[in-house]
Amino acid sequence: MIKLEVSVAGVKMCNPLVLAAGVRSNYADLLIRAAKEGAGAVTSKSCSLEPRPGHPNPTAMIHGQVVMNAIGLSNPGAKEEAEQLKKAVKEAGVPVIASVFGKNADEFAEASKIIEKAKPAMIELNISCPNVHREGRMFSADPAATEEIVRAVKKAVKLPVSAKLSPNVTDIAEIAVAAKRGGADAITAINTLSGMWIDAYAKKPYLANRQGGVSGPGIKPVALRCVWQIRQAVDLPIIGGGGITSGTDAAEMLMAGATAVSIGSAVCYRKNAFAEISKELAEFMESEGYAKVSDIKMD
Amino acid sequence: MLPIKTKVLKAEKENEKVIRLTLGLQLSGAQPGQFVMVWVPGVDEKPISISESKPTLEICVANAGPASEKIASLKAGDEIFIRGPLGHGFEQKGRKWLMVGGGYGFGPLRFLARVGKDNGKSVEAILGARTKSLLMKKAVCETCFVTNDGSEGKTGTSVDELERRLADKNAKTDMVFSCGPERMMAAVAQACKKHGVPSQLLVERYMKCGFGICGHCAMGKWLACVDGPAIYGEEALSNPEFGKEHQDRCGCKKPL
Ligand SMILES: Cc1cc2nc3c(=O)[nH]c(=O)nc-3n(C[C@H](O)[C@H](O)[C@H](O)COP(=O)(O)OP(=O)(O)OC[C@H]3O[C@@H](n4cnc5c(N)ncnc54)[C@H](O)[C@@H]3O)c2cc1C
Ligand SMILES: Cc1cc2nc3c(=O)[nH]c(=O)nc-3n(C[C@H](O)[C@H](O)[C@H](O)COP(=O)(O)O)c2cc1C
Repeated sequence: MIKLEVSVAGVKMCNPLVLAAGVRSNYADLLIRAAKEGAGAVTSKSCSLEPRPGHPNPTAMIHGQVVMNAIGLSNPGAKEEAEQLKKAVKEAGVPVIASVFGKNADEFAEASKIIEKAKPAMIELNISCPNVHREGRMFSADPAATEEIVRAVKKAVKLPVSAKLSPNVTDIAEIAVAAKRGGADAITAINTLSGMWIDAYAKKPYLANRQGGVSGPGIKPVALRCVWQIRQAVDLPIIGGGGITSGTDAAEMLMAGATAVSIGSAVCYRKNAFAEISKELAEFMESEGYAKVSDIKMD
Repeated sequence: MLPIKTKVLKAEKENEKVIRLTLGLQLSGAQPGQFVMVWVPGVDEKPISISESKPTLEICVANAGPASEKIASLKAGDEIFIRGPLGHGFEQKGRKWLMVGGGYGFGPLRFLARVGKDNGKSVEAILGARTKSLLMKKAVCETCFVTNDGSEGKTGTSVDELERRLADKNAKTDMVFSCGPERMMAAVAQACKKHGVPSQLLVERYMKCGFGICGHCAMGKWLACVDGPAIYGEEALSNPEFGKEHQDRCGCKKPL
């Protein structure tokens, strides 16, 4: 019998596939939908203390193996988000991970406290969005800032906390170690790669924000390398993802050292991403003789 | 899918608020009910329904705010960028069709009426507006004008006229297609349900990506950009947000 169950920092999931933050995860109904479609856990769109409209359009594009976005973290603010999360927690039937971000450690802690009232299974700290640069630094580029934010949130809430890291750094392992020092219970990696798309005929960047985050199948090698490096450096559970669109992709991510696997852009490449990928993963495990997900390792 | 550069060939007034732009672009396979993302570099990118595909792409744009005002003020020769066709259009089922449109919503219905005629369907249309100066141009089929103030055609609402026709036992309408203000469409869907006639609507929500990744344009669990914008009336009526609630650019829920 193939067992797909995994546990991330005490959060039990019926399969290792986690809906990634910000991909069809803005409202309770969409989180519930992903759960019904077969996700083992779902992550909500990152929310801040106050509502944010995000960047103007164009905010996203898909071309070949890459997706680019500069949504700019639009969200209704922590209070309204907490209401959405309450409904999702009640009806999704799988763990709901709540993603939070802020302009400084205090804001992260404040927003996390509001969100905690909705009783999500875990809080994920988005310290790695590449699209809000002009508002300040990307915290996960700096070990001290990473540690400070994780510590502040851990002090503010009782829930397990995962730090979501960016691949846009020289040494991602160093950041993971800092997150652990701050008290992180898990690591989520990777957020999007910082990138740019220029439309030659418009002679302009396509995204209104000019820069954006790159996701989709094309970034899988970067994601695998990052997760593997994190795994060498810390013994925390890892929600690993970036470009995962198939069961074998998921197996590769588990081999890199992930405990669970996040699924984002795949929803635009597969008709029914969660059901198809988990079925493929089970088939892979069957054919390669793995009984449970945690057995999947590189030789 | 990348945006394609094209030029405005013609910019004509449909009515006081709506401009029809004929573009120098052919989108093969574009279906009535589908939309395109219209990008004016340096301004914005907005979802707009396709109002004709032959001989080239046509869109009808209402001046509703800063971005649509810019799009609606484009002139022949101006350059714009088009990404599409996107979304699911209408299912072209049945033989006897009735269109019920209001505002710029009549654009995609006019396209559907033309395609229906080409395919040998029997097509009629009801086109409503508050007053004469807000009426769109007629479709290639028989088009009944209705204005609230009676300044053109029949006096009343397009839903009154629809009710009259649905009640007519000889009419035998197979499918009602509707696009316009959401409360109007809700009334259309309800009337059709009452008379046992299937309906399809085009539902709009604040849209960002247009291809199903960002999730912003949800109505409940339904995504306007990839599950829609076409939706059966019965399904819409069973969606708790239909006709009641949508979201702004932040994602805050607001009454419609
Ligand atoms: C599938 C679809 C098809 C559409 N077809 C047409 C059409 O054929 N002709 C037409 O004139 N308009 C159409 N619209 C609506 C059009 O996109 C908006 O009216 C336009 O974006 C307004 O933008 P603005 O900046 O000018 O106005 P704003 O002042 O920003 O807003 C005016 C109104 O438009 C809505 N709106 C603003 N931005 C968007 C957006 N990105 N997506 C959806 N709604 C928005 C707002 O909620 C508000 O109610 C369609 C929308 C969708 C979702
Ligand atoms: C449209 C879009 C919005 C996103 N929004 C968020 C967000 O709000 N918070 C976050 O932590 N990550 C966000 N991400 C990043 C994803 O969660 C994920 O880390 C990234 O897309 C890589 O995975 P993928 O290749 O499977 O999509 C977003 C990605 C996309 C494409």
